[in-house]
Amino acid sequence: MRSFAYSRAADVESAVADVSADPTSEYLAGGTTEVDMLRLGVVRPRRVVDINDLPIAAIEELPDGGTRLGGLARMSDVAAHPVVRERYPMVTEALEKGASAQLRNMASMGGNLMQRVRCSYFRDGDRACNKREPGSGCAALDGVNRTHAVLGTSEHCIAAHPSDAAVALTALDAVIRLRGPEGERTVAFDDFFLLPGDAPEREHPIGHGELITAIDLPVLPVARTSHYLKVRDRESYEFALASAAVALGTEGGTVTEARIGLGGVATKPWRARRAEQALAGSEAGPEAFARAADAELADAVPRGMNGFKVELAKRTMVRALTEVAARTRGGTA
Amino acid sequence: MSIPPQIGRGVPRADAHAKVTGAARYSAEHRPTGAVHAVLVCSRVPSGRITGIDASRALVSEGVLAVLSHLNLPRVAAQPRLIPSLAGTTAHGQSFFPMQDERIHYAGQPVAMVVADTLERAEHAAELVGVDYAEEPWTTTVDQGRDRAYEAEHIFGGFVPGRTDRGDVEAGLAEAETVLESTHRFAANHHNAIEPSAATAVWEDSKLTLYDTTQGPTATRLTVAELLGVPPSNVRVVSEFVGGSFGGKAMIWAHPTLAAMAAQHVRAPVTLALTRAQTFSNTGHREEQEHTLTLGARSDGTLTAIRYRKLSPTSHFDDWAEPSLGPAAQLYACPNFEGVYDLVRANTMTPTFMRAPGEGTGAFVIETAMDELAHELGLDPLELRLRNHADTDPETGNPWSSKGLRECYARGAELFGWHSRDPRPVQGARREGDWLLGTGMASAVYPVYSVMNPQRARARVYADGRAVVETGCSDIGTGAATVMGQVAAEALGMQSEAVTVHYGDTELPNTVAAVGSAGAGAVSAAVHTAARKLRDQLVAQALADQGSPLYGADPDEIEVRSGRMSLRGSPGTGEAYGEMLGRNMTFDAEAVGSWQPPGRDSGYGTATFGAQFAEVAVDPGLGLVRVRRMTGVFAPGRVLNRRTAHSQLMGGMLWGLGQALLEATHMEPNQGRWANPSLGEYLVPVNADTPDVQVEMLEVEDRVVNPLGVKGVGEIGQVGAAAAIANALFHATGRRFRDLPITIESVMAPA
Repeated sequence: MRSFAYSRAADVESAVADVSADPTSEYLAGGTTEVDMLRLGVVRPRRVVDINDLPIAAIEELPDGGTRLGGLARMSDVAAHPVVRERYPMVTEALEKGASAQLRNMASMGGNLMQRVRCSYFRDGDRACNKREPGSGCAALDGVNRTHAVLGTSEHCIAAHPSDAAVALTALDAVIRLRGPEGERTVAFDDFFLLPGDAPEREHPIGHGELITAIDLPVLPVARTSHYLKVRDRESYEFALASAAVALGTEGGTVTEARIGLGGVATKPWRARRAEQALAGSEAGPEAFARAADAELADAVPRGMNGFKVELAKRTMVRALTEVAARTRGGTA
Repeated sequence: MSIPPQIGRGVPRADAHAKVTGAARYSAEHRPTGAVHAVLVCSRVPSGRITGIDASRALVSEGVLAVLSHLNLPRVAAQPRLIPSLAGTTAHGQSFFPMQDERIHYAGQPVAMVVADTLERAEHAAELVGVDYAEEPWTTTVDQGRDRAYEAEHIFGGFVPGRTDRGDVEAGLAEAETVLESTHRFAANHHNAIEPSAATAVWEDSKLTLYDTTQGPTATRLTVAELLGVPPSNVRVVSEFVGGSFGGKAMIWAHPTLAAMAAQHVRAPVTLALTRAQTFSNTGHREEQEHTLTLGARSDGTLTAIRYRKLSPTSHFDDWAEPSLGPAAQLYACPNFEGVYDLVRANTMTPTFMRAPGEGTGAFVIETAMDELAHELGLDPLELRLRNHADTDPETGNPWSSKGLRECYARGAELFGWHSRDPRPVQGARREGDWLLGTGMASAVYPVYSVMNPQRARARVYADGRAVVETGCSDIGTGAATVMGQVAAEALGMQSEAVTVHYGDTELPNTVAAVGSAGAGAVSAAVHTAARKLRDQLVAQALADQGSPLYGADPDEIEVRSGRMSLRGSPGTGEAYGEMLGRNMTFDAEAVGSWQPPGRDSGYGTATFGAQFAEVAVDPGLGLVRVRRMTGVFAPGRVLNRRTAHSQLMGGMLWGLGQALLEATHMEPNQGRWANPSLGEYLVPVNADTPDVQVEMLEVEDRVVNPLGVKGVGEIGQVGAAAAIANALFHATGRRFRDLPITIESVMAPA
């Protein structure tokens, strides 16, 4: 492990100023990923600025009826919050299916969005990885790629985005609030995650030193009937092979609004817009669900060991839609 | 007042408090004054030669004391030769020692070692060591080497022949009315004990003390002494706490010797702890394997022939395969058997023992094949097994020293509710929403190995009424030390709580390594002998002591309870051990006990048996399998501590669950190294996967295996568990799953 300097920031302004001023510095929040990466030598900051004292951990209702999750709010606190549980059940479910209880007590919401991929070629310092070492190649393309992505991939990177919570948040159209040296700005959730394209090392459209201060959840009545379904090898402490966050509104059996996020199968938290469009105005039933899933996965690119994920993603989406549709009917009956 | 027998009681572990509070110190946590750290640099290529090592950057890095490699490390004093640790002598894990020349045999082979004042600085400097390789072609998997396979002469360190025959398999197959052939593939597995292997080496002049994470302190002593060329008596090995092992610490790997060499070089105590990733290539593994089985049977289910071939990769220096053919050879009364081990030379280290080595894979094959045969013949799977029950050892015709398998079947079936089972193995016959339900069963067998060396222990009673028993064995988390206290207490006529066990140290009387489920039987024999000898000695002393109320009494009339000797039927007449010692101004009394094992040819078949049952729920749409409950009934001879035995058996069954559904180490196909060397990627079951596990022990009397009739519980719990799960999956879905682990993609019904 390389030596690095450590400091603890007292307020947002000084934290942002400290990191912005030094291109070799990084923020440290819960540390549940960052410390791993430091030990593996995958990230090599000269300086780490601990932001755990910053007053951005609150979970609060906004005047417009939305909900603000502080960037430092712990995953476990968000999952347990009564407003989140009631208005955005898929967020709670996604959080509670992520990591382990111990990790959720430490990990921050901002860190959850910033977490790095679990691709073993990325995490092992001497294998080809364009994300870690731009231009070095991608060993996963024809390597052990069972857990890799089939959507949003490129010839340069096929690593799957690991977050569960982000899958629910993308379906919600959450908004990310950033604080940088230049002041505050907001970024739409889906825009916050970049496809790997030919620059997989660039994951977010943010500048060095910009800090996630909050994630705003909009008013979205349909989200009250929502569900997160996660398929994985074991029942806890494991990443998704496929997951779906689904919110569904129906009227007289017809879909009025669908929000769908996919996880475990894409290089970013995947907003399933094609599926949403296919569902709008359709009868909420197995045929429309299957059509929507087919539409979303039409451009999937399987490789080697992960071919099953195309079908698994479809089935996961259909299953989640079926579950929520049943609840919708139950609610209106 | 009645005092319950000490043997069998569910006494809580003596070391539990130290372990859960963090007071227990493991090998890497011993910090002698001036101790420094060594970190290994391991080969990233699987084959070839080192063309250059550039240590210059590492050597100038802060805190670095030395960079050692084949260029400056002394040669070892002996060529290592693989011998299983059960033999009680040196226990080299492979016939190869690294950092002796420029040759690379496998990825992960140590090529250099950095010593620095702190662990972090050593780790950092290890990254700075530049190693250049000339890579050469390599083979790391069965598929890559299949066309170069050869039939082994011997496997398992020379202990098991490469080919076994009985009867006439061709004739048996000709006689068969049903012939089934199946091929089964197993992913490689790694032990992943929670404590990665580590050693701390301390030299004082010519004497070496090693704090080592080992199943056998004596094995470490003899092996390290041989490699260093020093007398074994100059090497002391201490191994009080071992954080799990499962076979990964049964053999003595390079790192304790390397730690000792580094300590010699820098003239300071050195700790060398493997990283989790390094344990994957430095402490052995269960090899990838492919089994092909042919079963012949008459229409009534009677087996007429078993033909079995196993193909697996081994290293370039040893013919190793785990002996997977045992269960098929030993479980059923089939007169005709042929078994062959085929090997492929591969660029891996020598594979090694891993919990139920051989039985874990072999029982999966024979027991899923028996399920298939039962289905083909329209028989209940349990009934088919009863029809083929081996009343004598099918390999030798010898009687069993004890068995109990029929009783295990019967009790397991009763507990599990087997007989009310719906026999139809049809997809969806039993359904709860998206979940299809099924049940399955399997037999379990694990050999009772005979240890070879005399087993020794020392017992001492102090005038304050407490006793100490000393034995060199290690306790790898099984509760062995707690159990030995009970055995001593029983023989001394004391309460377990008054007995302290000292263990895990080569300065103590020697016993076998904690391997092969043999430790409890062997060590208890020595402890019981020593303690019984001490009791008799103390009683004799009292009877000869004119000051004792028992003076002149008949020794056969003496009983000892809670450390007090008294006349049978007249409990008021007597005195405590301590009273007598104190009156005679004696501080303590001591006896040494030794047990000479009977040797390999006892004239009996010796094995532990059991029956496994499992219920699964399968979601074929999403490929999910949930094991809902498991029932295991085992006949492990005498049970020494029902609490720790229960834990061993339950843990074994959950290992079977992991083997069935999760555990796999993949070879990176383009790089020839393990692709997932971490606990994040090598999946073992977590609590959320853990079903309701029911364990029952049926004690059977065994007068052959060892004095207390202990057959061991360390491994039998795993045997057959995966087969019961796979058979339940067939029952739920109508589909056969022959390869392990059974993954989501294999369970997902085709689109």
